[in-house]
Amino acid sequence: MNPHERADPHREWAQEVGAVQCEDIAEDLAAAAEGETLLGRSQRRHVERCLRCQAEVVQYRRLLRAMRSLRTEVLEPTPGLLADILANLEGAGERHAVRSLLSGRRVAYLGGLAAATAAGAAGAIVFASRTRRTRLAG
Amino acid sequence: MPHDVAELVAAAKHGDREAFDELVRVTYAETYTLAYRLTGNEEDARDVVQEAYLRAFRGLRRFRGDAQFSTWMYRITANCAATQLGKRARHRHDELDDRAPVADPRLDHDPQLRADADDLRSRLHAALDALPPRLRAVVVLRDVYELSHESIAAELGISESAAKVRLHRARHKLRDQLFPRRDGEASRAV
Repeated sequence: MNPHERADPHREWAQEVGAVQCEDIAEDLAAAAEGETLLGRSQRRHVERCLRCQAEVVQYRRLLRAMRSLRTEVLEPTPGLLADILANLEGAGERHAVRSLLSGRRVAYLGGLAAATAAGAAGAIVFASRTRRTRLAG
Repeated sequence: MPHDVAELVAAAKHGDREAFDELVRVTYAETYTLAYRLTGNEEDARDVVQEAYLRAFRGLRRFRGDAQFSTWMYRITANCAATQLGKRARHRHDELDDRAPVADPRLDHDPQLRADADDLRSRLHAALDALPPRLRAVVVLRDVYELSHESIAAELGISESAAKVRLHRARHKLRDQLFPRRDGEASRAV
């Protein structure tokens, strides 16, 4: 090595922590902080020796804790909301009942129509066969 | 009249309207909270909650009970909110831009003075409000309500990988807002 050539501390450090760069694992840090993803060996090795990535993991953990804490926080609904929801449901229930009634009547009507048609057809067949028999007898 | 949510659900599934009304009374504040977090305003939140309970009422027979009722309501609410935001976005395209700028956190925040949890929470509220709705929906559903990536993708009508990308971008923005970097310390691009 040329004695006049200055050593680059960042380059040496980067070589020391391996091929993984901070940017390579940026997307995995939050998931790792959440416990959803396990970092690979080389990634873990990088984080163990990289203060910047360690700080990010800590920040993501604090962020996630704060987010989870919002779950227990319930906002005060605007006045009248419950009444509006129940009225809406009532309206929907009534519409449903009317539809059911109408479809029930429709079924009964169609059923009656079908029965009447069948009865008429049967009557016509009986009448036709009797007429034929009368003609043959005559 | 049963008071346990599971019992109310069972009774409502058998056509007991009063049981469903009671379910609404027990859960509507929480549903409204989620709707407000997703839409960011009272008016939309009210519409979303009403639509969510209508859908729940119509689809209750399809609720198999393998998830909690609250989780099922979260999914319906998320779906209704996505529809509502879609309607709104058709009128105001600017809200759909994921890269909408957020306020520079370095201007107002001093981490030394704002270290306690309550303060972190209030800053978190502000940071969430500043997020574009599409990013906010994903990070709220995942990190507050712990829905799976699959459920989030299904209810928001996006792919699972898109949901993960949005989640990463949202978390990154929130982290940058809550833990502002010192001058000269560049944020990583996402």
